[in-house]
Amino acid sequence: MTRRRRRLQRALLRTMMLAIGVVMIFPFLWMVASAFKSNKEILQYPPSLLPTEWHPENFVNVFSDVPFGRYMFNSGFVAITVTAAALLLHTMAGYALAVFRFRGRNVLFFMIIGTMMVPFYSLLVPLLQLSKALGWIDSFTGLIIPWIPHGFGIFLMRQYFMDFPRELRDAAAVDGASHLRTFFHIALPTAYPVMAALGIIYFIGNWDRFLWPLIIINSPDKYTVPLGLVQFQGQYSTQWGTLMAAAVVASIPTLFLFVALQKRIVAGVTMSGIKG
Amino acid sequence: MKRFGQYRGTTLPRRKVTKRRSGEGRAAAFLLAPDVIGLALIYVGPILFTIYLSFFSWNGISPDRTFVGFDNYQYLLNDPSWTTSLHVSLLYVLMYVPLVTGGALLLAILVAQELPESKLYRTIYFLPIAVPIVVGAIVWQLIFQPSYGFINYLLQLVGAPPQPWLSSPTQALFVVVLVSAWKQVGYFMIIFLAAILAVPREYLEVASIDGAGAVRRFRSIIWPLIRPTTIFVVVMTTILALQDFDQIFVLTRGGPNYGTYVQVYYIYDQMLKFLRMGPASAASVVLFLIIMTLSIAQIRLFRGANND
Repeated sequence: MTRRRRRLQRALLRTMMLAIGVVMIFPFLWMVASAFKSNKEILQYPPSLLPTEWHPENFVNVFSDVPFGRYMFNSGFVAITVTAAALLLHTMAGYALAVFRFRGRNVLFFMIIGTMMVPFYSLLVPLLQLSKALGWIDSFTGLIIPWIPHGFGIFLMRQYFMDFPRELRDAAAVDGASHLRTFFHIALPTAYPVMAALGIIYFIGNWDRFLWPLIIINSPDKYTVPLGLVQFQGQYSTQWGTLMAAAVVASIPTLFLFVALQKRIVAGVTMSGIKG
Repeated sequence: MKRFGQYRGTTLPRRKVTKRRSGEGRAAAFLLAPDVIGLALIYVGPILFTIYLSFFSWNGISPDRTFVGFDNYQYLLNDPSWTTSLHVSLLYVLMYVPLVTGGALLLAILVAQELPESKLYRTIYFLPIAVPIVVGAIVWQLIFQPSYGFINYLLQLVGAPPQPWLSSPTQALFVVVLVSAWKQVGYFMIIFLAAILAVPREYLEVASIDGAGAVRRFRSIIWPLIRPTTIFVVVMTTILALQDFDQIFVLTRGGPNYGTYVQVYYIYDQMLKFLRMGPASAASVVLFLIIMTLSIAQIRLFRGANND
């Protein structure tokens, strides 16, 4: 009786998981299938699940109709630069806040925590003025610099270094290493796994970024992938096949990172949730 | 305390100890400077400047600004597009937060089960996080397309009438919430999953032996123990919901008929379309205050419920 009930429960669980799984993965399948369809086939009713005729040339058109390769390069450049700079600077600041005693440390820490409460979008007006004043409009600098400082990353790295063993620092000091040397040669390498987890989250976030580039970028040769896609969507609103192929291409870098480093991402997300 | 070292019998002279501490200050300054300058430039300065600008009339270009007191805030209250945007944003939160929090919790419970396929489903549910939101929006746009989209085809199969989706103000809001929820739910599932897996197994086993069913075990053991996580997720999803913009821009441009005209969209329009920096700043300050107030209120509310 109980065994039968348990079996029934399991069957129910499995069905639910499968049903939700289908809903979650459906947009991927639909995107990939549509990317190989002719435009005519996408516009037909009822819709077909798989392409009746395969049109791989949609993917060629992505790169010939618009400079999509250029957008990919721009997005990659911006996302990698932000990620690398943010990781290094946040690790530095997190370490300093965690291990050093100095005047004003608590005040500084609470100020950094405080910036986490400020929604970025409520800063648009002054940031646009700042960008004008510093010549960041329509430049990569303007795309990169505002996203490097981030209270959350500093906070996370500080949490990590709170557990950094004092003995290691003392041993380094006995060997005559300066504080900075101790940081760069001993503390920093131990943080690589945490940095990798945080780094993937930064990369995906910056690859995704849309509103800020939309505001400050004007010239098409500086478009990032999301801007390129939206421009594509506006100009070729009926060219669904090519648009879907572009969508597939735009997702490849982040999907690849995700599949390759899923464990690290999960570790990073878990870490971010623990703070509670 | 200063002579602590002497009691321990170390040979470090006091002067050296002092010197080392001052070295810490210098090292800390070096390590912290770039971030602190960055945060001051990108966050602290701008938030102060936003508050300042909210009391001025300015088009963002001309060198002169006029002090107008609270006129910009008055302007918001009298501007139907702002009151609409406030209404839309609150509706957005009311749909998004329960959907994502409840959905993430349900998914976490499902994939926490020890079934052979659980790991695979974790990946599947988490996968949309790796899809750029603009891509997600474009794909869902095709799926929800009224005349040849897949959803209306399904509706027709079960005999339901086709829906206008993105061309209807109320349904459009539902679709933009759904697109964002689809992308984010896996992230919060992982956070819930970590909390559920951290619940000591002995508690659950003992309850099981005492005859508690799955529902009872969840309600009496897991739910109270994961409460801090639940608070965190509710606060985070609220903050995210109030700042969603990207998929709205792609799918509806705030329409139809202001149906998806959220607060950020109002700020965007005032700033770039109408060049009214005063109302844009005032709306930014209000958004900031709403987010702060809601976060604090939610934390208080959950703490209160916890003390019962």
